Amino acid sequence: MDSESLHYSLDLAACNGLTLSSEQRAALQTSLVILKRNYKFSRVLFWGKILGIKCDYFIAQGVEDDEMKNKKSLYSLNCMDWHLLPPATESMIADVALAAQGRFTGDPSHEYEHTEMRIKGEGDDATEEEVTVKVNEASRLATAVSNIDKDASVVPRGAFTKSPSGKVQTNRSFGGLDPIEAAKLRNYLHFREPVNLKKKSILEMSHLNPAIDFLDPLSEDIPKGSWSLQLERGSTMCVLRSLLWLGLTFFHIPQTPQHGHIYMGDGLMNLDLPFML
Amino acid sequence: MEMTEEAVNNERLQAAARFKAFMIKNSTKTNLNLYDHLVRLLTKVMDERPENAVDVIEDMSRELKGSILPEKQDTLRDSPSSSAALLLAEQQKALFTRAAGDEGDHEEDLVESPLPNVAELAFFFEQAGVDLGREEMQRVFLALKQLVDAQCLLRCRFWGKILGTQGNYLVAEGEFREGEGEEEEGTEQTHEDEEREEEDKDETELVEAADPTPKSTYKPPPPVPKEENHTGVNKYTYFVCQEPGMPWVRLPMVTPTQITVARQIRRFFTGRLDAPVISYPPFPGNETNYLRAQIARISAGTHVSPLGFYQFGEDEGEDDGLRDSYEENPNFEGIHVNEMAESLNLWVHHIQHILTQGRCVWVNVTKKSADDVDEDAEEEEREEEPDELEPEVGPPLLTPVSEDAKMNDTPPWSSMISTNLIPQFSTAVLRSNLWPGSYAYASGRKFGNIYIGWGMKYIGEAYTPTILPPPQNEYPSGPEITEALDPSVEEEQALKAALEEQTAALDETEDLEDEEEDD
Repeated sequence: MDSESLHYSLDLAACNGLTLSSEQRAALQTSLVILKRNYKFSRVLFWGKILGIKCDYFIAQGVEDDEMKNKKSLYSLNCMDWHLLPPATESMIADVALAAQGRFTGDPSHEYEHTEMRIKGEGDDATEEEVTVKVNEASRLATAVSNIDKDASVVPRGAFTKSPSGKVQTNRSFGGLDPIEAAKLRNYLHFREPVNLKKKSILEMSHLNPAIDFLDPLSEDIPKGSWSLQLERGSTMCVLRSLLWLGLTFFHIPQTPQHGHIYMGDGLMNLDLPFML
Repeated sequence: MEMTEEAVNNERLQAAARFKAFMIKNSTKTNLNLYDHLVRLLTKVMDERPENAVDVIEDMSRELKGSILPEKQDTLRDSPSSSAALLLAEQQKALFTRAAGDEGDHEEDLVESPLPNVAELAFFFEQAGVDLGREEMQRVFLALKQLVDAQCLLRCRFWGKILGTQGNYLVAEGEFREGEGEEEEGTEQTHEDEEREEEDKDETELVEAADPTPKSTYKPPPPVPKEENHTGVNKYTYFVCQEPGMPWVRLPMVTPTQITVARQIRRFFTGRLDAPVISYPPFPGNETNYLRAQIARISAGTHVSPLGFYQFGEDEGEDDGLRDSYEENPNFEGIHVNEMAESLNLWVHHIQHILTQGRCVWVNVTKKSADDVDEDAEEEEREEEPDELEPEVGPPLLTPVSEDAKMNDTPPWSSMISTNLIPQFSTAVLRSNLWPGSYAYASGRKFGNIYIGWGMKYIGEAYTPTILPPPQNEYPSGPEITEALDPSVEEEQALKAALEEQTAALDETEDLEDEEEDD
């Protein structure tokens, strides 16, 4: 969520139970401003907190002009000193999926190892080799952040517009969703490169407004029911929780432009989701 | 020269007049015209002077069109609709009013009331990073006060919040005074069940007399009897509500079968107490019972206190492992925060561990079941029955947390200090890794436990559901039913030939013997 609105947004997103202590909030308010200047971001977002066994990681993201490209992620152990995370590449994601198991330890230099026997060569020349994959905890953190962003970052429909030149920007005349519309899952969109949009037929796309509907709606996620939409405080606030990544909370107050999402959890995907629904 | 200029001007004016007439023409769809719209738009820009007017002009234009009201006078008036927010607000308003008759009871308020100091709890947990939002905690506080006023509780505690897919539960833990708080619903249900059973029996007896159906030889394992009220797993009573201000619903006692099945299934809560829990192994009950079972497991697994806060009473017997009550130690002086955060020895469980059987105190189920119908069974047979169950023993009460088992190389607890910058006023926080969402804090002489989460244990690896047992044999296999291959023609002929040889050989020997005798 936006660093400028952090102090009141945290209260709204706190229904999951986890927030930041007052000391951490105060530290964030100072350090994020400095971070914005150092890296020349146009907007700094506090992404959330990943709980490790010994220590917790605080993650922040910075965006430049175009909201979707060139997002940089940074992590910190004490809300003051921030370190840049490496961008998550395909090979890194594959390595992490193989090597890293269990919870995050809380030590950014911890290495996960995974050895397996692979057969190299063909036919009679096949030899078995031991292949060791080593992954740093910082890379694991980067892949976790990128996976969660891909699967679970949510924005309400109409909050961002795409200009004809392809730039994605905040919509300054976004007045918030209607209370009736806010209860429907299809008015919330994934904030990532659209996957399903291009597969739609022309008939379906005729209802969409290309400036606003350039992202995938949540209602098309598989498995159905992996999002929990609740109206809290007597339907004055809409809270979306992801059941795939337990700990991701998105809040939106209908008829106001306030919205934001935050992740506070252990950074593990809930693979048992189909059994639990 | 002037004529031509005038002529040019006239033409321009005429062109302008024509264009203005074009602009004033009303649109066929919306009855607006371009001229008026532009006038209003530019007036608005003049009045408001927005920043970067050229960028927002389209939005302003759209807003303006939307805000033009048709001039109609409706004779019907909109009745004020009661939205959900309004209903909730009215219910929560009751939280903030003082009940009538409280005005003369100032003295009682000063005496120890069973109400916990939730504001203090909220403050300490906020230092640890666990919070529900300040206003929400305040409402919870008031809702607990409502609960304490409605039921006569000896002690009450805010247990925590369990999240569900469509609604959440706020859970309060209460302890009744001895002898109170018995459930009345159990007896009513048994009466109804008995009536139904009698009706069924009449019908089945008629049918059976005509054609006895084969009786199944399957004897289900005897159910483990549930623990009594106020002891063991059912020591505390739990109340839930969906939002603070709504009435508190009391949860029923938990039975050991419910706990054993809850250990094998993994499901989200939906937020409705009457929702069925569809799972394998089938859960005996609906969401109310599942909720109660999970609450029992979480309490037993993660309620901890600093060492020395509770101690065993001095009247207790010397039996190890049977102590199930403790009392507060009046001489407890807090342990220093740094030590609490570093060593897990200084935290102890103060809730009894739940055995594999599903109870806190072990019960031997195979002995002496009064309903045993098999009168023909001799005593020897009874002894041969599956081996005497060894009594299950769990760790005794008040064992330190450092003895907890690991799960998949993850230590069961993580401890930390709330702040490194001002260590003398910090609190020690203990976070459970087995039940993510369970937290405990200790600061000086105070401590507290809370659970805010989804109500599920961390298993470390992917969940595999229980496999169905193999289907039972329909009948015992014996020689008269087993199939045997009929011998083929060649085999029969070979056998016949062999038999003939044998008889021929026998005849020969007989003849020889006869001949010898004759000789």
